Amino acid sequence: MSLNNSPKKNEMPCQDPKVRAKNFDEVALGYTEEQAIDEANRCLGCKKEPCREGCPVQVPIPQFIAKIKESDFAGAIATIKDKNALPAVCGRVCPQEAQCEKYCVRGKKGEPVGIGRLERFVADWERAQGVKPVECAPPTGKKVAVVGSGPAGLTVAADCAQAGHEVTIFEALHVPGGVLMYGIPEFRLPKAIVQAEIENLKKIGVKVEVDSVIGAIDTVDELLENEGFDAVFIGTGAGLPYFLGIPGENLNGVYSANEFLTRTNLMKAYLFPEYDTPIKVGKKVAVLGGGNVAMDCARTALRLGAEEVHIVYRRSMEELPARIEEVHHAEEEGVIFDILTNPTEIIGNDDNWVTGMTCLKYELGEPDESGRRKPVAIEGSDFHMPIDTVVVAIGQGPNPLVPRTTKGLETNRKGNIVASEETGATSKPRVYAGGDVVTGAATVIKAMGAGRVAATNICELLKK
Amino acid sequence: MYKILKKEVLSPTLKLFEIDAPKVAKKCQAGQFIILRIDEKGERIPLTIADFNREKGTITLIFAEVGKTTKQLGQMEAGDALLDFVGPLGRPSEIEKYGRVVCIGAGVGIAPVFPITRALKEAGNEVIGIAGARNKELLFWTDEFKAQCDEFHICTDDGSAGEKGFVSDVLKKIIEEKGKVDYVISIGPIPAMKVCAELTKPYGIKTFVSLNSIMVDGTGMCGACRVTVGDETKFACVDGPEFDGHLVDFNEQMRRAQIFKDEEQRALAAGSCGGGGCGCH
Ligand SMILES: Cc1cc2nc3c(=O)[nH]c(=O)nc-3n(C[C@H](O)[C@H](O)[C@H](O)COP(=O)(O)OP(=O)(O)OC[C@H]3O[C@@H](n4cnc5c(N)ncnc54)[C@H](O)[C@@H]3O)c2cc1C
Ligand SMILES: Cc1cc2nc3c(=O)[nH]c(=O)nc-3n(C[C@H](O)[C@H](O)[C@H](O)COP(=O)(O)OP(=O)(O)OC[C@H]3O[C@@H](n4cnc5c(N)ncnc54)[C@H](O)[C@@H]3O)c2cc1C
Ligand code: SF4
Ligand code: FES
Repeated sequence: MSLNNSPKKNEMPCQDPKVRAKNFDEVALGYTEEQAIDEANRCLGCKKEPCREGCPVQVPIPQFIAKIKESDFAGAIATIKDKNALPAVCGRVCPQEAQCEKYCVRGKKGEPVGIGRLERFVADWERAQGVKPVECAPPTGKKVAVVGSGPAGLTVAADCAQAGHEVTIFEALHVPGGVLMYGIPEFRLPKAIVQAEIENLKKIGVKVEVDSVIGAIDTVDELLENEGFDAVFIGTGAGLPYFLGIPGENLNGVYSANEFLTRTNLMKAYLFPEYDTPIKVGKKVAVLGGGNVAMDCARTALRLGAEEVHIVYRRSMEELPARIEEVHHAEEEGVIFDILTNPTEIIGNDDNWVTGMTCLKYELGEPDESGRRKPVAIEGSDFHMPIDTVVVAIGQGPNPLVPRTTKGLETNRKGNIVASEETGATSKPRVYAGGDVVTGAATVIKAMGAGRVAATNICELLKK
Repeated sequence: MYKILKKEVLSPTLKLFEIDAPKVAKKCQAGQFIILRIDEKGERIPLTIADFNREKGTITLIFAEVGKTTKQLGQMEAGDALLDFVGPLGRPSEIEKYGRVVCIGAGVGIAPVFPITRALKEAGNEVIGIAGARNKELLFWTDEFKAQCDEFHICTDDGSAGEKGFVSDVLKKIIEEKGKVDYVISIGPIPAMKVCAELTKPYGIKTFVSLNSIMVDGTGMCGACRVTVGDETKFACVDGPEFDGHLVDFNEQMRRAQIFKDEEQRALAAGSCGGGGCGCH
């Protein structure tokens, strides 16, 4: 195979922006075999593997791409899965531009290799073939409880089950998957993909107990003392929505991003009234925030029939923390970006319904602790923005339920569980934690990485 | 799946279910609630734990048929099963020895106030109970409720049972007669709770109410259940559902209950029964 010298990635086939802005089907359609091989042939197979260094779980990137070049897709997926249990998910949602692709040598002159797209391609190829359940070690007779079924919990469950332990996942909601199910929308991550992964876990013996709020039905202590678990992993995520604390936030028509997305994704309000859960979206929607969550809300609002959707963000386009691809997709679909803007008050009518916001304009000042230039309000720049729906997407913190009900579990000032980065161990013996509940809202792959570390150490502990 | 072991029709629009849910029954306390979902397409709706039996592993629910989900629920029979049943959710009631307490259940509110009344009685309080409803047909569990009380009053809006008048009228009389009341818990429609709280405020009587905010997850994840208490925003599902009635912004709660009014009408119209024949309308 000869090297493909094109400075550009093979373009991702996508639904037309005008069409897709009105439906919930997946936006990006995935590479064909020809496109995948053509893209793989852009890879130089660098000996130093800079891309791999940029990957939070060190997927052997040049190696899996080399297998794609040879049309050995089974070999490629096996190479990835050695490090990453959920490649179909990560290929779709990882911020590759800030990780592997950021360090790709091809990116110095032109675009980097489309690593995420290739990862997705081989994962989808495998699913279409029918995934064979992995081999598990013989039963050890040890029991592991996993609290929360987001990417962190799923990783721990997979690794511990493979090591021969008896694993039970406890999930508060009625569907396992965490943010992958209730947060990230169908058009970005089809729910069938997540459920297929969970089915694979069940095939290797993992029990999934939905409707089980730990802290309410059983505490962590009770799992250890009464239910016979030898170790507990806490992966309860960052599910507590933050609000701005400005006047008018309890008006009708103001949603947290979590409520807005949960109603739509988990409860399928976009199919109301076939499904019973309603959602109400006005003509003019403002989404406050600039991350992935905000992009998802804005694009969801369009699909639910809003005529005009604004992202209202304090900093500039350069600082938007969302994945670049999602920002592009949102722009293509017609989302309006009101950057360097922030509301000071939400205004409502006598019936408690939102009618608008008072906003201030900002300019960028000196860099702050995060290294980003600090937005500074411009005096006297306040203006009225007529709006009838507001979605607050400024971040989430850890839900206090598990820490509050677990004796001797240390948390930090922000309420995150304190756990060692090297081992996942918490202040409490036999209790491990990882993912957003430890780091604060982060990424899918970081949660999976933390899950792997914790699982390795749980398995070590259980050998003793 | 969570099986319905028993169904009782308390009135044409008021039903009682006993649900097989041993894990919830083992843990729950007075004042807590559950969230259920009937089937795959169903909404998650919160209902208060009206009673529980730890030995049998059962939870008793009492619900009024007010919309799509509760009407569909009312059509279910003993032997049928619910797809999802989550709990126990919310903070338990603060049960203490207050002294003389008044427990008020208005309408369906009689159900949730029942286990709280029992717990307050067990804690050694002198308990005065008030059960109120629009009319005689909508009253239920009065004997059970009365059995937990040292003194018991019934009132109806139309006078078809007990005294004619609102629960707040009875409360007023009690306060005036007894001079001293140490604690009031009032559960029912927002206007009833609001009037009771306004009534006790000048007397400085600690008064708690239980809010039926709109909820989705019930675990503090969505914020749909926001309520202004004093100058703070609280989540009714995890910080409540009981709050200090003197601090709750009832007007905001009343208006927030209207958020999905149009959709609720549409859901009813589109409901599987089609609005005819089956008798659920
Ligand atoms: C809308 C949205 C879009 C995002 N987009 C991206 C993206 O494009 N790329 C990316 O990398 N990251 C993205 N993220 C972030 C990413 O999803 C999270 O970092 C990741 O899911 C964290 O995984 P986790 O396993 O720690 O927790 P979660 O995925 O949050 O899962 C935690 C689970 O624990 C359950 N739980 C909580 N409390 C209890 C309890 N007491 N008992 C039982 N169960 C409990 C919850 O119900 C939930 O299912 C996004 C997040 C959101 C909200
Ligand atoms: C903590 C709590 C405990 C409750 N306990 C009881 C109880 O013991 N018995 C009882 O009869 N009712 C109880 N309710 C109210 C009950 O949840 C609603 O009547 C039910 O959700 C209505 O659903 P629907 O589809 O039949 O009606 P809809 O047509 O959807 O709504 C009718 C009314 O119910 C309110 N409502 C709608 N959806 C919700 C929701 N998800 N959560 C709360 N309220 C909603 C609306 O404001 C509306 O006024 C409780 C509510 C809460 C929050
Ligand atoms: S850095 Fe880019 S070109 Fe080099 S091995 Fe990684 S993907 Fe291939
Ligand atoms: S119901 Fe979602 S936070 Fe209370």
